[in-house]
Amino acid sequence: MAKLPVATDQLIKKFGPHKAYTPQSGFYGAHEPDRLVKTHCCYCGMQCGIQLKVKDNKVTGFEPWMEFPFNEGRLCPKGVQRYLQNNHPDRLLGPIQRVEGKGFEPVSWEHAMSKTVSEIRRIQEKYGNDAFAMLSGVSITNEKSYMIGKFARVALKTANLDYNGRLCMVSAGGGNKKAFGLDRSSNSWADLAHAEVIIVAGANISETFPTLTHYIWQARDNGAKLIVVDPRVIPLARTADLHLPVRPGGDSALFGAMLKILADNDWLDHNFINNYTSGFEETIAAVKDYTLDWAEEQTGIPGEKIMEAATLWGKAKTSFLLHARGIEHHTKGVDNVLSCINLVLATGRIGKPYCGYGTITGQGNGQGGREHGHKCDQLPGNRDITNPEHRKYIAEVWGIDEKDMPGKGLTAYEQIEAIHRGEIKGLISICFNPLVSLPNNNFVREALEKLEFYICIDSFLSETARHADIVMAGSLHEEEEGTVTTAEGRVVKINEAVTPPGMARRDGEILMELAEKLGAGDKFSYASSEDIFNELRIASRGGTADYYGITYKKIVDNMGVFWPCPSPDHPGTPRLWEDRKFKTPDGKAHFNPVPYRPASEVTDKEYPVVLTTGRVVSQYLSGTSTRRIGKLVDQYPEPLLEIHPKLAFRYGIKDRDLVRVETRRGEAEFPAQVVETIREDTVFIPYHWGGKHSANQLTIGSLDPVSKIPEFKVCACRLIPMGYKALDVITKTAYQSGL
Amino acid sequence: MPVTDYHQEMAFFVDMQRCIGCHACEMACAECETNGQESMIHVNYVNRAESVQTTVQVCMHCEDPACANVCPADAIHKDEFGVVHSANTSRCIGCSNCVLACPFGVPKKMEEAELMMKCNMCYDRTSAGKKPMCATVCPSQALFYGTREEIERMRPDSVPVNSFKFGKEEVNTKVSIMMPKGTHQLIVG
Repeated sequence: MAKLPVATDQLIKKFGPHKAYTPQSGFYGAHEPDRLVKTHCCYCGMQCGIQLKVKDNKVTGFEPWMEFPFNEGRLCPKGVQRYLQNNHPDRLLGPIQRVEGKGFEPVSWEHAMSKTVSEIRRIQEKYGNDAFAMLSGVSITNEKSYMIGKFARVALKTANLDYNGRLCMVSAGGGNKKAFGLDRSSNSWADLAHAEVIIVAGANISETFPTLTHYIWQARDNGAKLIVVDPRVIPLARTADLHLPVRPGGDSALFGAMLKILADNDWLDHNFINNYTSGFEETIAAVKDYTLDWAEEQTGIPGEKIMEAATLWGKAKTSFLLHARGIEHHTKGVDNVLSCINLVLATGRIGKPYCGYGTITGQGNGQGGREHGHKCDQLPGNRDITNPEHRKYIAEVWGIDEKDMPGKGLTAYEQIEAIHRGEIKGLISICFNPLVSLPNNNFVREALEKLEFYICIDSFLSETARHADIVMAGSLHEEEEGTVTTAEGRVVKINEAVTPPGMARRDGEILMELAEKLGAGDKFSYASSEDIFNELRIASRGGTADYYGITYKKIVDNMGVFWPCPSPDHPGTPRLWEDRKFKTPDGKAHFNPVPYRPASEVTDKEYPVVLTTGRVVSQYLSGTSTRRIGKLVDQYPEPLLEIHPKLAFRYGIKDRDLVRVETRRGEAEFPAQVVETIREDTVFIPYHWGGKHSANQLTIGSLDPVSKIPEFKVCACRLIPMGYKALDVITKTAYQSGL
Repeated sequence: MPVTDYHQEMAFFVDMQRCIGCHACEMACAECETNGQESMIHVNYVNRAESVQTTVQVCMHCEDPACANVCPADAIHKDEFGVVHSANTSRCIGCSNCVLACPFGVPKKMEEAELMMKCNMCYDRTSAGKKPMCATVCPSQALFYGTREEIERMRPDSVPVNSFKFGKEEVNTKVSIMMPKGTHQLIVG
């Protein structure tokens, strides 16, 4: 039974989200903490260093950590307020169980464990092992990501494990593996400082990775030209040298046309292309018809601006290209990534000082969490679960027979589809809130309601957890030691500031006990997080993501170590490809032809407006934590529909008017924010909210054929003005995700 | 007894062009134990309908502070380091003269407390050799705390300006704003 046990408002009343604020005089002990714990922010892939103030086993505030080299004390509003997730009134303090008509009631750990294990056994015996699936996330440490990969295959014995990076980094990973044979940003951010030209494509850096802004501004102080590709004038674009307001879905047409200009003008590094790459001829052939006129039509960007961008890029001596979800959340996400990489390879500007390329990983451990077996097709060290040699090596590390290791399973959204079809009957999830974060979430809700048993490990009762049969109270970021890998590939140390409150337990301990009760206890007898990391080091050894030479001590001594780090005496690798030895089978960097194709749903008479989605600076992902922090909620209380005044005029929409947005999948109402900072043919809604305020009621579940990422960034919608202003009372409660 | 370690060569610079409107400064400012969760720095959109541009307003710490000059209770004073302190709570009578007099619109009257509150350049931090909280966390470094030499070296395209003209009145401040090269004074009107 994965239906809500009682009405949503009853659940909200008891479990929140409620907004937490710091008392006017501060939390008790904030001014005289027992200790300051050096750790990192729990949110995005920047993983800024921060010190948490601890008094009586409670986090009571923060103090900037000036010495951590990436951010030197700098933080965004989420980082400043992140300490409020600890000691929060909504915090789950022990396991709870769904009771029909009553909600959730506390149960003992013994009961929660035995009920879960008996349901796993019942479902697997009746429907087969793969009918019990696992969904995970990457706001958790490398140690937990690794253990979850092993838990699903060794204890749960299911092929169906996947993670929320499927909504985040997989298009970049797919493209990078094709082109370079390895999935990591090619450079540390230090290489931005003296890049002559910087392209930022589909990355709202100032709102989603605010602390990276400083690096961009530093580069501009040094003379860099900044090119921003985005349908909106995001804060970074306001003063950019060139803003290319691409129509959502037009990215690969833009980059294809730019590649043609590079070739036509011979702005190419022939030595690099001839000696260190393959596929150049076919790739150029694929863009031979991509004229400026054609590109202008596909992208909505004036041809002369495309020419200017290509000229700046073509003539530069040093450069850095950054992209993020804006070009990756597409049915051609991998194509978009490859079309960016083609521009980098054509000019040979990689593996050298101030010559860089990389995706900006979104989630806190989006990098590390996608390397060590957390994905349905992957084993630790970024190995391939279908490769016999890789399977053999990991089976040995795990002490199991290779034949007992499940094969490739379904990706995250495919799992939801399989649940909906009735093929998957049971689910365990950790660190994932798909009811807010997946597209077409009315479909996701229908799927969840079909589950025979759903057990969720979380610190708060998220929108998805409301549908669980059992919720096990797990740990927050600051309650368990481990490591994460930042967006620049730097492995850093997360320190335990406090122990989990009440009866809540560390996630790692919950998984170990479940493994034991499932009969695999001998494979999960870790005494500490460091124990798990040391096994991960061996499991990753020889893989592309090689952590063997990294130890906890080395991380602390060096304020982080960049992988690959294959041996204890290796210093780590901030800049990849200096040796020009790429990790592809032929050792070369691969150009990939990218023929342009349209998005899966294009506008028509019925649905004439492009809808795109994204984030705001005060919220993080599905908001499980940040929609519970008062000041972050108050800064941007509800999702607004950004709309250009010309489009608004056509519908008679004025600022703050309520507008119903309809797509083929659902409808929802949003207050209009009439702004000139968006394309005239496109509307934008941020996605952090659930329930009736959720943008993902509207988005489409079409997937990229390679990465299986959903197309969050483009679909077709129509607008119906409601004829009255949005009500403040609705605004004030949007954070709760009521239905 | 804590020793005052105020670095007089350190100064505060504001560069509106770098501001990304994230509000980290406000949230960090409010954390200060003397501020009672109220921010003394304010970020606002200039005109959101047209642009994402934001401004950030912090106390400019005037050389000849109008707020102090008009205070009938002598509650506001400028110290030997040039920091204009928030009103002395035992003297402030909540008259709002300072609120009306400040050309930058900085002091705010806290109605509940009947007191004026404003930025004191994080005196608890700056007097102990640290940076103010807002300039520490500012992710874009639109707020910078350091020496004039440092900022001139790091940001060669702009220049710090700390002289303002409001009509016929010239106001010189401890805090500088970053302006295009060649600017010496900001003429407000």
